[in-house]
Amino acid sequence: MSQSQTARGALLWHIGIWALFALVIAVLPYIFTSSSSISMMSQMGVFIIFALSYNMLLGEAGMLSFGHAVYFGLGGFFTLHAIRAVNDGVWSFPLELMPLVGGAGGLAFGIIFGSISTRRAGVTFAMITLGIGSMVESSANMFTDFFGGESGISGNRVTDVTLFGFSYGPSVEVYYLIGAWTVIAAVAMYLLTKTPLGRISNAVRDNPERAQFVGYNTTIARFIQFSLSGFFAGIAGGLFAIMFEIMTAPNVGLVQSGAVLLMTFIGGVGVFFGPIIGAVLVTYMHTALSGFSEGWILYFGLLFVFMVMYAPGGIAGVLCVHAAPWRAGHLWRLLPGYLLALVPALLAIAGLVAVVEMGYQLSLAYDPSSPIDLFYMEVNATSLLSWLVALLVLAVGIAGVLGAARVVRARWAEVNRSMQASGAKT
Amino acid sequence: MSDALRLAGVHKRFGETPIIRGVDLAVAPGERHAIIGPNGAGKSTLFNLISGRYTPSEGEIALHGKRISGLAPHQINRRGLSRSFQITNLFQNMTVFENLRCSLLWAHGYKYSFWHLVGRQAALNEAAEQWLERLGLTARRDVLASLLTYAEQRTLEIGTTIAGGADVILLDEPTAGMGLAERDHTMAMISEVTRDKTLLMVEHDMGVVFELADRISVLVYGQIIASDTPEAIRANAAVQEAYLGEAH
Repeated sequence: MSQSQTARGALLWHIGIWALFALVIAVLPYIFTSSSSISMMSQMGVFIIFALSYNMLLGEAGMLSFGHAVYFGLGGFFTLHAIRAVNDGVWSFPLELMPLVGGAGGLAFGIIFGSISTRRAGVTFAMITLGIGSMVESSANMFTDFFGGESGISGNRVTDVTLFGFSYGPSVEVYYLIGAWTVIAAVAMYLLTKTPLGRISNAVRDNPERAQFVGYNTTIARFIQFSLSGFFAGIAGGLFAIMFEIMTAPNVGLVQSGAVLLMTFIGGVGVFFGPIIGAVLVTYMHTALSGFSEGWILYFGLLFVFMVMYAPGGIAGVLCVHAAPWRAGHLWRLLPGYLLALVPALLAIAGLVAVVEMGYQLSLAYDPSSPIDLFYMEVNATSLLSWLVALLVLAVGIAGVLGAARVVRARWAEVNRSMQASGAKT
Repeated sequence: MSDALRLAGVHKRFGETPIIRGVDLAVAPGERHAIIGPNGAGKSTLFNLISGRYTPSEGEIALHGKRISGLAPHQINRRGLSRSFQITNLFQNMTVFENLRCSLLWAHGYKYSFWHLVGRQAALNEAAEQWLERLGLTARRDVLASLLTYAEQRTLEIGTTIAGGADVILLDEPTAGMGLAERDHTMAMISEVTRDKTLLMVEHDMGVVFELADRISVLVYGQIIASDTPEAIRANAAVQEAYLGEAH
């Protein structure tokens, strides 16, 4: 009886979390009302679905794919062709359900390419996905009827065939369409982790040999998981097509595949919500930062390298590490160390930004000696002094971070000791 | 009635090197059969051949009279043969409960379903809980397999091997690396959970072998030189010379 009560409690907790997720999505446009915000948040929704679908491979089943944009991009192309067919009067299908066309396309090609790539695991699988990715990208130049050649395929998402009477012309209506699909797809992918297939995918990830000795064909498990992942990637691609009304060859390409890998990894592959964080953060960096700086891809790359080296569990992993001390009431004891590290960390970032921005100014600007705005200061990139100051700030920052890291480690050791001690008592 | 497991003229070569050189072995249903032999005799290779990890170069292996040599491990497992590993081989990032539940999924007929929620399958979860209890791991239910003590990991290893319902069980050195008390506890647990099952095991610990086995086969340099009751094996001069002699 107590077990069914805890089960009910867990169910309510889950419903509550997802209701909150939906509520946040519903409320955001009332807080961030500008059209650029709406557009950025719409992209976040698209990439949340895409990154979660990628994590069905990487996090859930241990499959490192370098070609996941194939299913995303093809889903987008199929959706856009379907929308054009509706506008041409050859077909009738409500726009709200158009992402399912993308999903079907992603699923179909997931089945086709998955039947080849999932026969192998590990490095071989990764290489095959890379090959398929570049093959599909280059075939865009051959099948110009489908891919539209250089200029791609464009369409008009306002089709007159809708379920709820919205035109989906205004971007806020598209935002809510994407938001609804984000909730549906995220919940579906979450539930998938709780099915026999989801569990066996984890088993195949942890120990393919043992999975065979409990009766499972690891190739079939990987194949089904891969195909379903293609389905959700296709839905994301369909929403992308509805939002931008244009699909081009790079959308199926290796750069896009790399981007979803990066955002999933930065968010964290070990926890279900990790890719959600990654998609939101990377989309924000992409749209907001790229307006500020030419060097945003460099910052993005540095962030990725930093995460791989120091936080391989991604942001979600970092958060989860703190769950135990938080529950035990020890989190506050870690705070002083973090605050101590924060100041030099900001210094180091400032120094780094100054170096990068001055470097870009020297190599890219029409007049390198024209002053640039950095941290409310006018800086001249051609003066030796500015470089010395920037490098000094960077060096002091790094030294400070290294010093503070020692304090943080000592604090952690203390907290772990007292958690173990209290754990032994109970 | 056919043998639970029968090996006929089984050879295994790696390149030019013969490892298994013509093994004939019959294990009757319900029998507890131990394979002993010096290091490098080919005991682990023999297990890998039976469980489908390797394919024999020659000869045939049959489970309940039906040929299994040449099948993939998962196909052999579905026909009712399961094995444990010498080096613990668990789903490390899953809890003890999840490990057991995963090993029950196929037996409960879920296959690759993505339309059932495992948390809501009452019979499945009930069975997994019962296995926790049988193995004495209830208190460790929600601990990750990688965080268990060595003896607990060995116990879970045996549990996941048997839980799927196979009736022929291969155990590869189930008490390796254990202290005396742990060993006795593990052996008692193995006798309990393998009741009514056919058991084939590789073991180095002679105490364990002579205590548990109905029959013993001695594997030396890829060939079985004797296969008999524990008493007869103890008295066998060739075995004394080849194997037991050096241990004493």
